[in-house]
This record gives sequence, C-alpha cells and structure tokens, in this order.
Amino acid sequence: MQLTNRSKQVSNKEMTLAERAYLPAIATGLAITIKHFFSKKVTIQYPEVKRYLGPVFRGRHILKRDAEGRERCTACGLCAVACPAEAISMVAAEREKGEENLYREEKYAAVYEVNMLRCIFCGLCEEACPKQAVYLRHDEFVPVFTERDQVIWGKDLLVEDMNNRYTREAWTKEEARALDAKRASGEVTNVVPRAIP
Amino acid sequence: MDLVEFLVKTVTIVAVFGLTLLIAMYSTWAERKVAGFIQDRSGPNRAGWGGLLQPLADAGKMFFKEDFIPALANKWLFIAGPSLAMLTALLASAVIPFGSTFRIAGHEVALQGVESNIGILYVFGVVALGVYGIMVGGWASNNKFSLLGAIRAASQNISYEVAMGLSLIAILMMSSSLSLGEIVAQQHGMNWNIFYQPLGFIIFITCSFAECNRVPFDLPECETELVGGYHTEYGSMKLGFYLFAEYINMFISSAIISVLYFGGYNYPGMDFVYAQLVKSFGPDTGHNIATLIGTAVFFGKALFFVFFYMWVRWTIPRFRYDQLMNLGWKKLIPLAIFNIIITGAAVLFLKPVITAWLN
Repeated sequence: MQLTNRSKQVSNKEMTLAERAYLPAIATGLAITIKHFFSKKVTIQYPEVKRYLGPVFRGRHILKRDAEGRERCTACGLCAVACPAEAISMVAAEREKGEENLYREEKYAAVYEVNMLRCIFCGLCEEACPKQAVYLRHDEFVPVFTERDQVIWGKDLLVEDMNNRYTREAWTKEEARALDAKRASGEVTNVVPRAIP
Repeated sequence: MDLVEFLVKTVTIVAVFGLTLLIAMYSTWAERKVAGFIQDRSGPNRAGWGGLLQPLADAGKMFFKEDFIPALANKWLFIAGPSLAMLTALLASAVIPFGSTFRIAGHEVALQGVESNIGILYVFGVVALGVYGIMVGGWASNNKFSLLGAIRAASQNISYEVAMGLSLIAILMMSSSLSLGEIVAQQHGMNWNIFYQPLGFIIFITCSFAECNRVPFDLPECETELVGGYHTEYGSMKLGFYLFAEYINMFISSAIISVLYFGGYNYPGMDFVYAQLVKSFGPDTGHNIATLIGTAVFFGKALFFVFFYMWVRWTIPRFRYDQLMNLGWKKLIPLAIFNIIITGAAVLFLKPVITAWLN
C-alpha cells in the first residue's frame, strides 16, 4: 500500500566508495544546516508578540451583563454543579427594590468566586449556564499569580466592565488581524483587553 | 633576561590568557546561538542585546550553585580533575603565534606568548596531558558511569593522537621545523599548507574533533548511555570548568588548524598592503598596523573554525563506539601513513622537477 509518493525502497546493496567515505554525505548535511542557518526563524517573541489563539480558546472567566448593563447571573448554581474541578462557589441573594438596573432578575449572585488554581478551563460552566452569564474569554489568560490571595477571583474581577465590553468579534485569524490593526489605530476601543490586576 | 623583556613577556602572556578566556566564554554564547539558528530558532536573546550577557548569567548561576562533593569521592582528586582540565587547556595557548611583531620604541615584540623552537611538540605534549583532567575527574567521582566515560575519553584521545601526529609529520617534512612561528612564516602570502596537504588536513581536523571530545566524537559524555559521562558527579563551577575547558580546547585547536594549514596571519596580497602602509605611515606605525591586520585575519580564520566545530555539531549524529575505534585505527592511521609516503615522494622527486620547471 502506498500512502505517499515519498516512500523509498529499502536496499541492502553494497555502498559505493563515495558513500563509504562519508565525507560527501557530511558535506550534504552541512549544506542543509547552513541553509537553515540563514532561513527565517519561526520563534514568536512571546511576551511582546502574542499569537491569536482562535475564537474558541478558553481563557479567563467573565460574568456578562446584558445590553442595559444588568448582571445576567441568577445564582442558579448550575455552573458550580457542572464544574468537574469544583472551582466555582457562589452565594445567592434576593434583589431589593431599586436594584432593578443592577440585576436582571429577582435573584442574583452576591458572591461569585472562581478558584483559578482548581479551574481546568474545560468550559462546562459556559455550556451549563441557562442565562448566558458566564463565559471563558478567548483573548485573555489568567495572569500568573505569586500570592495566595490572588488565586480566588471574586466578582470584582469577573463581572464585565460596561466601558470595555467583551465581544467575540474576530472569528478568523484574518478578522483578528484586522481587529488588531483597528485597535492599534484607535478605531475600536471596546475590545482592548482589560487591565489585569 | 632583563626586566623589560620579562615585563613584555608577562604582558603578552596575560593578554593571550585573557583573550583565550574571553573567546571561550563567548563560544558558549555562540554555540547556543548557532544551535538556535540552525534549528530555525533565534537562540538566547533575553540577557542583554542579542543575549550577549548570557555567558555572565551562566557563570553567575554556576558560581551560586551548591559546590557538592560526593561522600565516597576522592576529594583531592575530585577537585584536581577540573583544575587539570582547565590548566592543560590554557597552557597550549602560550605558543600560538597570533601575529607577526609589534615595534614599540625600537623593541620588536612578537605577538606570541613564547617563541619556542619546538612549538608544535609542546602543543602535542600539553594536549596529551589534557586527558588527565578527564581521567582523574572520572575516576575520583567513584561512579561507574563517570569511570566509563573517562575510560572512553582516554582511549579515544590516545587512539586519535596517533593519527593526528602522523598527519602532522607530513607538514613537518615540508617545513623542516617544529616552530609554529617558522611554520607560519613559511606560508607567506597564499602559500598555505592546505593546498599541499588536503588529505592531511582532513585527517587532522577529524582528529582534532575527537581530541576536543566534540560531536560526532563526544562519546565520553554520551548522555543516552552514560548519564553525563565523566562529569556526571560534578556540579557548580567544577562542572563549569570542565565545560569551559572544552571550549578553550576548541579555540586552541581552531587556532592550531589555521596556523598549520591556513597560513595563520598570512593573507594574499599582504606584501602589497605592507608596502602601502609603510609608505603612508612610516616604518614603525605602518608595520604595527600591518601586524594588526594580520592578527585580525588570524582571528577570522580561527573563529571560522570555531564556527565550523559548532556547525558540524548540529549536523552530524554521534558515532557508535566501535565505529569510532574503526575509523581511528583502521582508516585514519593507514591514510595518514599513506599521506606521509606521498608527501615524502613529492618532496624528493616532484619538488626538484617543479622548481626546475619554474626557473
């Protein structure tokens, strides 16, 4: 069976003098390596240059607000149940009068915490959520933490900033590059990654 | 020996010593850079511009690591091993002629640590001693892998020294001098030995790869078989010295190759350049500038061979041990003897004919 046309028949024939001398083979090898010496390098200078990881990359969590800026989460706990790493915990509270512009429904999460050491970024919380409240961002990682109190992220870090809304705009690499260019020229501001604490 | 001569010699030796160390230090950086470039990477580029401070960072790391000596190791010899390796590696640089002479206030100062009329013999003696550093270190470690690595190194060095010496004899037959300065002076202009001794050059460079324990002959530290080879038990700056000694050896042997086969500080058209410089700058300054150009040419050649060492390292896989021994004893030694016979015949019969024809 032939899978590619690059296969070579193995042979045990006697080597010629040139082959036994080994030096021509070394010269060929040296020519190949020196060609690579001058070729373009594939390295991406990471902290300065970041690769676009695609629209379905699962980065850090975000708790979405709706179009009027009200929190979507109703603290139903389905994400916590779905979480295989048991990273999510929450405390529910009832909405008071006058808080209708803050929370979308009568019940909301007074405390919503994700333990970033436990989280395995599987995205099951995203799938379980009936209110489209929790998402894993495709454009931001959880930054490296050096202190214990940076591990558990509360609502202060998770809830969406209305001035800097998270939209998954670029679905292809080309779109992402176009968006990057727009971001650099200042045309788009809402997709700039939020400053991470 | 008067005081001036003593001071001049001291300064030259210290300069040669420092230069050798500096080049060896940046060889470690260059090795990683070359490795990166050949593998389509960019190599170290974080410490300083283009990673130029990387050797300092590495040395700093080495110094601050725990200086560990295994309980059952022979302590005295364990320390003597890397010291010997470093000592013998540095000794050989003393006789290499880096350039012709400087004229300072009427004195002729040779750009050579010691002008010895047995220069190449001295280099050979010191290089042969180099195996002690590895052998002593490997034995003192009291570790089977270290010992095996050391034994491999010893047998490999002894085997390849034979072929190396034999390939050198052909050169000595042509130069009829053991002095490195004299051998270089004879290759004036473009009269390089490589054109007369291509086979000898191939044998010599192969043997110098083996003597330096470089790929494809780096069996003494063959990781897949021997953990780390003779320096398995070494850490901290003692390991650093072993690795550093390898790079010094590399530079020394590159320098020796360019002295013996590529004319050292000679380059085509040097007489013309010398005449022009003397005419425009006067006999002293002109002479000094010409010497500097020659030295630069010498370093260009030597550093090219250092690069060649690295280039080969990232191209060829390691030999198997029996292949190594077969190549040394069954191929290179007969070839070297053949080369001696050819050279002898040429010197005896061909040279008079050609000289007569040219006149």
